Amino acid sequence: MSKPTVASDWLCGCAGCHMSLLDIDERILQLVELVDLRATPITDLKEPDKEGVTVGILEGGINNTANEEVAKRMRERCKILVALGDCAVFGGVPAMRNFFGAESALKRAYIEAESNDTEGKIPSSPELAEMTRVHALHEVVPVDLFIPGCPPNADVIFYALSELAQGRIPEIKDDKLHWH
Amino acid sequence: MTTEKITIEPVTRIEGHAKVTIHMNEEGNVDHAYFHVNEFRGFEKFCEGRMVFEMPQITPRICGICPVSHHLAAAKAGDIIMGVEPPPTANILRELMHMGQIIQSHGMHFFELAGPDLILGFDADPAIRNVVGLIGANPELTIRAIELRKFGQDIIYQVGGRRIHPNFAVPGGVNHAFTPEKRDHILSGIDEALETTQIGIQLIKDWADANIEDIEKFAVFHTGYFGLVTPENSLELYDGDIRLVDRDGSQLENFSAQNYLDIIAEHVEDWSYLKFPYYKKMGWPDGVYRVGPLGRLNIADKIGTPLAQEEFEVYHQINDGKPVNHTLYYHYARLIEILFAIERVRELLDEPELLGKDILNKKFGFKGEGVGVIEAPRGTLLHHYWAKPNGQLERVNLIVSTGHNNWAMSEAVDSVAKTYVKGPNVEEGMLNRVEAAIRAYDPCLSCSTHAIGQMPIKVDVIDASGQVIQTITRD
Repeated sequence: MSKPTVASDWLCGCAGCHMSLLDIDERILQLVELVDLRATPITDLKEPDKEGVTVGILEGGINNTANEEVAKRMRERCKILVALGDCAVFGGVPAMRNFFGAESALKRAYIEAESNDTEGKIPSSPELAEMTRVHALHEVVPVDLFIPGCPPNADVIFYALSELAQGRIPEIKDDKLHWH
Repeated sequence: MTTEKITIEPVTRIEGHAKVTIHMNEEGNVDHAYFHVNEFRGFEKFCEGRMVFEMPQITPRICGICPVSHHLAAAKAGDIIMGVEPPPTANILRELMHMGQIIQSHGMHFFELAGPDLILGFDADPAIRNVVGLIGANPELTIRAIELRKFGQDIIYQVGGRRIHPNFAVPGGVNHAFTPEKRDHILSGIDEALETTQIGIQLIKDWADANIEDIEKFAVFHTGYFGLVTPENSLELYDGDIRLVDRDGSQLENFSAQNYLDIIAEHVEDWSYLKFPYYKKMGWPDGVYRVGPLGRLNIADKIGTPLAQEEFEVYHQINDGKPVNHTLYYHYARLIEILFAIERVRELLDEPELLGKDILNKKFGFKGEGVGVIEAPRGTLLHHYWAKPNGQLERVNLIVSTGHNNWAMSEAVDSVAKTYVKGPNVEEGMLNRVEAAIRAYDPCLSCSTHAIGQMPIKVDVIDASGQVIQTITRD
């Protein structure tokens, strides 16, 4: 029987949840025995397999059109979607931008900042994503499992992935909800 | 004339979200390649109105790979705003935590992110060209790499209570003292960490010997170099003045970070959310410079610890004492810095005031404005805050390490694309070299756009009418 497949990506977050995943240290050797790691930010496949993956993990909320596309593609291609960390679960620190709006944040960074030269402008190439309100993942696509924490503890991530790899949906509660 | 465009999206094995577009001409050669950083968060805006003492907790969320840099830069800006000098013990502990981060971030980058290109090859199958492939190819080395990262992360944990986003430094000092047990625990890991780093150094030197032709044509160009130094122009990662040298290594400036607005400015391009800092006197783009491991070794005259100094002397001979301008030598410079950081950990653990209980100076003398500076793993990080007398921030300006290298990464992408990407049949390995040019700088795009989070790679080939005729994703 082939191993369950796992894909992951990061959206509007800080990579800290993926770092906490790496904080499982040598247990990564056990993890790759249990699952087949497909497209992730630390591997070279660019997107989740078209044939689908067992588990999709997203870190970060959604704050632009590119994030939204990635989230929808992951949802379409995975059986179980995991919202990893506070930003994915409820928007996290970057959702503080919603108090001001994307437009005023862009203006501050690219026009008003004291270090800008006189030619400041808001980047606007068609190559770039458009900024939106910051959303939690579940506001954009249905989510099957929420793992809060900033970041979630490595032991909790390892527990959750081990359970998922064995076909069980873990319960994240009680001692799995600690913040250290 | 551009006839087609290749898009690489996402760029992988880097932090954050980016894409590269390669515009090809009718002869099937590269006309120009762009490095787009594709995300913006807006910390500078939404930190307005927050209290100065909250910043060491909020700003680490800019980046989970180097949260300690933001944590400490925010605390240092707070020290200046509150007009308070931390006690010596607090500075020792802050620097110790910072060395832990240099070790974990550099170690992870060399072995786990860049390593697959060097150990498995630029043209290896993308399905295995990653850390899992490394486990298969060299399990012993991979375990050592995991242990080295763990050693660094554990220092952060021992000092600050959490591996990621610690709650430790505060304006005026730190919030808890150290213990002999923690000191001994960290000391017990030093020898193995040094050994692993030396293995890495041998690996990169052997790789460089075997690939010297590539090194000499892979994104080699002139810039200035920029970073902190000690008063004697030694390598410095925690605190000091900023030195800027020109392409030949002659000093252009040596200044306090408090005056950075007089020395550098940032340029904006339409096609990237990442700004482009430059040296004001030389103007844009003549005044561009590089930071990070290569930049720091190019501004330093020496390194203050013996093993790193020994290796620095070898590095210094690469270009006969002049700055090393080869992008791929970033990897070598990064490993030399790990050696320094581990040796520095031992020195700091040996400081007589390490275990002192005087860790917080509360004799505040409000100043209202301050710049916190530190050498983050990827280069010089500046946090500039303006506060009201009640401690509430009115304005925030951040210049983040990876930003300083934006011009260089863009140049590297363009240069490597022109050297290695040939149409009409573009191979995946050619594109991986373009990504490797970015990877050498170890960009942290979440950091750099505080602002940015996304650096994926997808390559679109676009014809003269703007139609996408081919898209290559590594899928």
